Amino acid sequence: MSIQQKFKKEVTIRFAGDSGDGIQLTGSQFTNTTALTGNDLSTFPDYPAEIRAPAGTVHGVSGFQIHFGSKAIYTPGDTCDVLIVMNAAALKANLQSLKSGGIIIANTDGFGKKDLSLAKYDPTATPLQDAKNSGYTVIEIDVTKMTRESLKETGLPPKDVDRCKNMFVLGVVYWLYSRPMESTIKFLNKKFSTKPIIAEANIKALKDGYTFGIATEIFSERYSVEAAPIDPGTYRNITGNDAVALAITAVANKSDLPVFLGSYPITPASDILHSLSRLKHFGVTTYQAEDEIAAITAAIGASFGGSLGVTTSSGPGIALKTESIALATMLELPLLIVNVQRAGPSTGLPTKTEQADLLQAFYGRAGECPIAILAASSPADCFDITYEACRIAVEHMIPVMLLTDGYIANGAEPWKLPKADELKPVTFQYQKPRENGQDKPSFRPYVRDENQVRPWAIPGTKGLMHRVGGLEKEHETGNISYDPDNHQMMITFREQKRDNIARFIPDQSMDEGGDSGKLLVIGWGSTYGSIKSAVYEAIEEGYEVSYTHLRYLSPFPKNLGDMLNRFDRILVPEINSGQLVKILRDQFLVPAEGYNRVRGVPFTVAELKDKIIEMCTS
Amino acid sequence: MKSQKTIDRAPTNGERKGKDFASDQDVRWCPGCGDYTILKQVQNLMPKTGIDPENIVFIAGIGCSSRFPYYMNTYGIHGIHGRAPAIATGLKAAQPKLSVWVVTGDGDGLSIGGNHMIHTLRRNLDLNILLFNNEIYGLTKGQYSPTSRVGHVTRSTPMGSIDNPFNPLSLALGANGSFVARTMDRDPKHLQVLLERTHLHKGTSFLEIYQNCIVFNDGAFNSYTDKSTRDTTSIYLEDGQPLKFGPDDRHGIRLDGYRPEVVDLQKGDWSDDDLWIHDEKDRNKAWLLTTFFEDNREVGHLPRPFGVLFAEERSTYEGLLQDQIAAAKDQHGEPNLDELLAGEETWVVT
Ligand code: SF4
Repeated sequence: MSIQQKFKKEVTIRFAGDSGDGIQLTGSQFTNTTALTGNDLSTFPDYPAEIRAPAGTVHGVSGFQIHFGSKAIYTPGDTCDVLIVMNAAALKANLQSLKSGGIIIANTDGFGKKDLSLAKYDPTATPLQDAKNSGYTVIEIDVTKMTRESLKETGLPPKDVDRCKNMFVLGVVYWLYSRPMESTIKFLNKKFSTKPIIAEANIKALKDGYTFGIATEIFSERYSVEAAPIDPGTYRNITGNDAVALAITAVANKSDLPVFLGSYPITPASDILHSLSRLKHFGVTTYQAEDEIAAITAAIGASFGGSLGVTTSSGPGIALKTESIALATMLELPLLIVNVQRAGPSTGLPTKTEQADLLQAFYGRAGECPIAILAASSPADCFDITYEACRIAVEHMIPVMLLTDGYIANGAEPWKLPKADELKPVTFQYQKPRENGQDKPSFRPYVRDENQVRPWAIPGTKGLMHRVGGLEKEHETGNISYDPDNHQMMITFREQKRDNIARFIPDQSMDEGGDSGKLLVIGWGSTYGSIKSAVYEAIEEGYEVSYTHLRYLSPFPKNLGDMLNRFDRILVPEINSGQLVKILRDQFLVPAEGYNRVRGVPFTVAELKDKIIEMCTS
Repeated sequence: MKSQKTIDRAPTNGERKGKDFASDQDVRWCPGCGDYTILKQVQNLMPKTGIDPENIVFIAGIGCSSRFPYYMNTYGIHGIHGRAPAIATGLKAAQPKLSVWVVTGDGDGLSIGGNHMIHTLRRNLDLNILLFNNEIYGLTKGQYSPTSRVGHVTRSTPMGSIDNPFNPLSLALGANGSFVARTMDRDPKHLQVLLERTHLHKGTSFLEIYQNCIVFNDGAFNSYTDKSTRDTTSIYLEDGQPLKFGPDDRHGIRLDGYRPEVVDLQKGDWSDDDLWIHDEKDRNKAWLLTTFFEDNREVGHLPRPFGVLFAEERSTYEGLLQDQIAAAKDQHGEPNLDELLAGEETWVVT
């Protein structure tokens, strides 16, 4: 039988297995190879919430999804074309994400009596047969047996041999999608450079998996996906959390500005702390505090001392920081607060994603407390928007909250590397020293410039001794003041200072569609990829719809009101119960309508497209 | 690097006087409040340190004592309730050359900010913490505090407090504090000496200052300050000296195993040679000293120790941090941003 080679425009593959099966490594290897092949791609890991969930159970299933193509790819894919499962639990947990008629590649050794029982299948169940009956193509491979066969001459203990199972499977998938093995071979040699026998075994398993694809007749088709038209340049794969850490480091390095991160471990933000703690030589100091409040207040102390104070957390941690954010607002010091949102309220679903902290960012503090708010739209965008957030914090002496979420924090996509030379330093100038002396009038720390920004006067500077605090300040002198008119004036100044940022950010532009019309879709944050794909497809199908995506939320770009007013209807999809939609209605008096689902998972392109078409036709 | 990032701590302010460290703000504590003496003694200490005012920072939380920074002509932050040690930690870690003082109270430092207090003590940054203990909440007008004694009738405990109070020095020592000391507002000379010791100690200094709140808890520490009682209720510690107290130093304290015992030195049974010799470096004995904490209204108790109970030089957090930064720079050489951005694996699209 000859095997047919088929060309595909885009493919989504999901690897799934027990936490111990090396699924994340397999997925990231497939990703790197695919990137090197020139495809555009987007990935999302799906870890179990428990660190060591019982092996073989549905709770212990680890997944990795990659969507790649010969066209622009914006999401990790709604559903997958191919599902690779290492055991029964993996099938049970992931079958619903497989397209109807899709392919299942199953390790039959993971479907024994014990596996079925651990996965809570009926002891007499035949899930693979059932899948066949439901129209899926099921490719059964006894991966355990094949790997043991492949490595029987190595003399390695069975435990080490079985650890190579994932490489055998990867080999099969490489063959199926016509991918080269070189990159993974290089990786294995490097990873196991101190244990060459293990490296050899993994490489042999990989190659034998590939050969298995050629030699056996279990596949009738083989696929290839051509390179995508991608901007020329040097690329790497990057997660949102890494991009945040790199941007903060780049700001420190480019601007000769010391950065101080105060942080407390919390899912899904901790990776930013991990990454930055390894970059001390770049002028980044990290401090793991005793709690969320100590983390942010230490950052404020460092900002007072002339560093850019940064704190990173997730919703519940941000809630603990609110009083301190208000303090920073009163002190008018630069501060970056990163909220990697997760599904709430309370502990909620810590490893799942949500956009439900927007109102908290806008309003979740005591008193009138205006801060700047920005949101990242994709893993790679985390770099640019974090850089912007740092710039605004320093240039406007204001706390800036940056919203990302678990989806883009852990998700990855190719990122075109910026050149360090071309990154613009953040501009700042500490207040210059003055002569000390009793006869001199005291330094006035709250004298503002034309943008309402006060000077950054740091300890160690002669003649600038002054006291700041959370009590209301007297205009210019910064002394305590209970004067009613002064309080009104300072409230107004702090708000104007935030609003003035709008003069220093780009105008809002259209992502898809015309500048006016019947329907505008407007999004913010991690929904970018799904909305972009849905709108694009709707336009392809002849619907008239436009799309704009917000990265600057407070203040909004100056032209946003005009833009909204040129459309009859406005659709605001959000993974919350309707938050941006409230703010848009409030600020612009427009008839914005929400599309809201709060399931802990990203929107599917399909559901958004359905909604858009429904609005276009009703 | 901008020049302001490094701070010279040249002792050039020798000619300054205490009043040069007073800010232009009116002091707004109740007349007769113990805070006034402490402020004056701190201002008097400043010229002696030889540190220029621009290199000194006072950081406070919330409460009567926490207004302190406003009255010092140095840099200062009046922060939020309980968080002064955390703010100070960030500042000191980022700018190790500054002389950083934390001013807090029993409510601010031991109740709402208790967590930061213990963690700051164990980390041992070179900070000076002054804890004004008046056993009451003053600014919020008279509720019991975590150091109020059992039975204390306050606005929030009309039937008397049923909370067992903190023993602040046991707490500080238990948190692995490297300098643990006690003084009081009513003894300005002792206060001045202890402030100086607090300043000189390299590491987190924890100085508890008994402070009289004339409005809500007047006389809480009277038994240690009244001429008629103080000789028998207090003992003043000096390193290397035997523990003696009472009129004409007639009482001594000896150790019977680990049990402290008050002995009469005038009867001839005991002499100085039998007494406990104070050793500031002895953590176990310091522990025993912190437990001299009986309610001073009861008779026959051990005297309350004043002075430095424990002092030990050990690495500071900011020192270790600077070492790590230097080691990272050694190991990696000149940072290369392009290399960092590129990460482990890149590919080129043409
Ligand atoms: S209330 Fe007490 S502690 Fe506060 S200022 Fe008045 S006397 Fe001093």
